[in-house]
Amino acid sequence: MSDYRILPAGDAALVVDFGDRIERALNCQVLALAQAIANDHVEGVIETVPTFRSLMISYQPDLLPYAQLVRRVGDWMVEAANVAYPSRLWRLPVCYDESVAPDLIEVAERLGLSPAEIAARHTAITHHVYMLGFLPGQPYLGDLPAELALPRRVSPRGKVAAGSVGMAMTMTCVFPRETPCGLNIIGRTPARLWDPSRGEGCQIMPGDRVIFEPIPLATFEALTKPAAEGGLQPRFESAEGGLFT
Amino acid sequence: MTASLDILSPGLATTVQDLGRPGYLHLGIPAGGALDAFSLRAANALVGNAPDVGALEIAYRGPRFRVAVRSARIACFGASASIVLRREGVRRKLDVGRSHCLLLGDEVDIGAVAGAAILYAAFEGGFDIAPALGAVSTYVRGGLGGWHGRALKAGDRLPLARHRVEDRAEAMLEGLELPPTRCLRVVDGPQTDHFADDQIAAFYNSEYGVGSGADRMGARLFGPPVSPARGHDIVSDAISLGSIQIPGDGQPIVLRCEHQTTGGYPKIATVISADWPALGRLAIGDKVRFQRVTMDEADAARRAYAASVESLPARIKPVPVEVDLASRLWAANLISGVCDARLNLD
Repeated sequence: MSDYRILPAGDAALVVDFGDRIERALNCQVLALAQAIANDHVEGVIETVPTFRSLMISYQPDLLPYAQLVRRVGDWMVEAANVAYPSRLWRLPVCYDESVAPDLIEVAERLGLSPAEIAARHTAITHHVYMLGFLPGQPYLGDLPAELALPRRVSPRGKVAAGSVGMAMTMTCVFPRETPCGLNIIGRTPARLWDPSRGEGCQIMPGDRVIFEPIPLATFEALTKPAAEGGLQPRFESAEGGLFT
Repeated sequence: MTASLDILSPGLATTVQDLGRPGYLHLGIPAGGALDAFSLRAANALVGNAPDVGALEIAYRGPRFRVAVRSARIACFGASASIVLRREGVRRKLDVGRSHCLLLGDEVDIGAVAGAAILYAAFEGGFDIAPALGAVSTYVRGGLGGWHGRALKAGDRLPLARHRVEDRAEAMLEGLELPPTRCLRVVDGPQTDHFADDQIAAFYNSEYGVGSGADRMGARLFGPPVSPARGHDIVSDAISLGSIQIPGDGQPIVLRCEHQTTGGYPKIATVISADWPALGRLAIGDKVRFQRVTMDEADAARRAYAASVESLPARIKPVPVEVDLASRLWAANLISGVCDARLNLD
């Protein structure tokens, strides 16, 4: 079994921490633990929150006291070693055109690649969804190869458009809403990642995989309008259970 | 006819809030809801609502609105405020901590609040607003819930669920003073071990001022800096209500109910759930200290808080008839503005 630590986060949440690093195998342990807890349907657990390196468990201490929950975590860790969690593959259309990607030219210069080469390399990767966070429905995707890795912008942008696709270090993020942002924006998707009018509104979940598919500017413009009206969805590709433990 | 509150002036940041939408942190959506859930419950209890009915959360300065419904019942609870009712040209003061009947055409002006940041105005029956993800709470950054996912604006016509209210004795809450927030109790974790003992001691021995950007998301605090021993960046980790982050400049950030769901600063401690309403009441410029407690003490505090919530219905008393008679007559239009001079004497 892997090493983990249990850290209190107040009297109604605790964190099961696997280490202070971004690593696929470590994140898969987080996701497997989340699945083991979901499978158990235990009373008193409000929800679990997966991050790169830890799983936070929000709980009702009057139904499930801290000491009891800590013991249950030990059981769930054992089960997590054999649990499968769903991992769907998404194909997300992205336009890599400088008119919708304010940092594309600068990123190309810094990396010594052409904008077309950036798009080609970025669309060649099957990205793993580590977690959602910061904004509703915002996925953190990885990992970028060394040839695409660069730091955040020295000066964050005051706002980037909804659908912007940004890179920094080994991560790619897609921003569901207009937001201030320090990442390098290299493209934009016409798809709405989060639509509060549609159930829970989130399509892409932690543990899923994402492939970006390049679309020309004309297609982006054609898709933007129906997307704004809720018409376009990222294509749902497959629903096989992934076993990454 | 329609039943609404017609907003003439929105106040500083007036939103519809209920007890929030727990269960969506994993999607990046904070539970949100009332900053001060205790005061929301009290305001709802005063108008006979269930505790989780949506009310107006008023920060610092309240709205001015016209009543566009045959009759309505309002109760305010939380900070103190100067609330003025104007009916047919006559002005009268409405007290916080009791219910009042409002009539078609009344104008209510909820002015500046004092003593805390937040005041709730609950209306009998609540608002006729569809829940989003199980709550009518407004999450402004996510554009979700409440009235079009945003704070109120002048010209909004906020629909009330009830078109008229019964004529009955008004309700009051007695002996329930909210003390100013001077100290918040915290437990260690999740990243207390990122800090050396002297830095932890400095944190607990210092008083911090609440910075001017404090909002529903959180509050930056200003005071003696605290430095983590292992640097101010960690790989992003989940944030819970009450998390106290220490960023690079050493000035703590305490996260409130509309917090971002993940963050990359180490968290020295977490405010216990019993003190979340007090955390929500903290106003810009307030001074606050932190008291370290054990998990057992946090459990005891939570039970004491739950008992105070449970005691709310029993604390509600009818407003004595002799106190209320004049206003009831006034409400019934049986006496004119001439009598208002007498009302000012009591």
